Amino acid sequence: MYLSSDPIDLPSLLGQARPSDGGICLFVGVVRKESEGRETTRIEYEAYAAMAEAEIEKMLRSIAQTWPQTRLWIRHRLGSLSPGEAAVAILATAPHRGEAFAACREAIDRLKTTVPIWKKEFYADGTSEWVDPTRASGVHR
Amino acid sequence: MTVRLLYFASFREHVGSDAQTRQVPDGTSAGQLWRRLAREVPHFAVFPSMPPVAVNGDYAESDTVLREGDEVAFLPPVAGG
Repeated sequence: MYLSSDPIDLPSLLGQARPSDGGICLFVGVVRKESEGRETTRIEYEAYAAMAEAEIEKMLRSIAQTWPQTRLWIRHRLGSLSPGEAAVAILATAPHRGEAFAACREAIDRLKTTVPIWKKEFYADGTSEWVDPTRASGVHR
Repeated sequence: MTVRLLYFASFREHVGSDAQTRQVPDGTSAGQLWRRLAREVPHFAVFPSMPPVAVNGDYAESDTVLREGDEVAFLPPVAGG
């Protein structure tokens, strides 16, 4: 299970590394306090959970073919998150740093474009918008 | 035949429901179903082309022909992370 409404346990994620891992790359995506100049009070995440789990699984298999020595872990939050909370964490471990960095980067980039997860930003002025990376404004209603 | 439609995020809010069962003619494609929905839900008309679609949890194409009992989800722009 890659998705959960429970907080992401970063120390236990880092504990997955083993002595043969010379490079450990941890990416953490965090809810920001502002978005496009507006103060954000919270973000709600939702997913097509069954499909999202399967898409992440497919993505991990594909990345493992490109960087066979790398091991990857992904955790993504669902539900309501406050600024400062980790929304996503990706851990990549490899014998050397190059593959760990590359696989971690590939994983977050693909997660953002192929995995059916959505987020709605709630602002201090009482308004809210769905985040839409395909639009210049970054949001839609 | 009957298909089950799932709605998420902004689509769920605009439709006012997260799932619907729907009768469609045999041989209906995902693209044909989208065009029919776009006539009923004003918000959908703002999408110049069909959004990504999943059939039974896998990405599918506009010309994917639907079958009895399929679970069809048109997906608003994803924004994980």
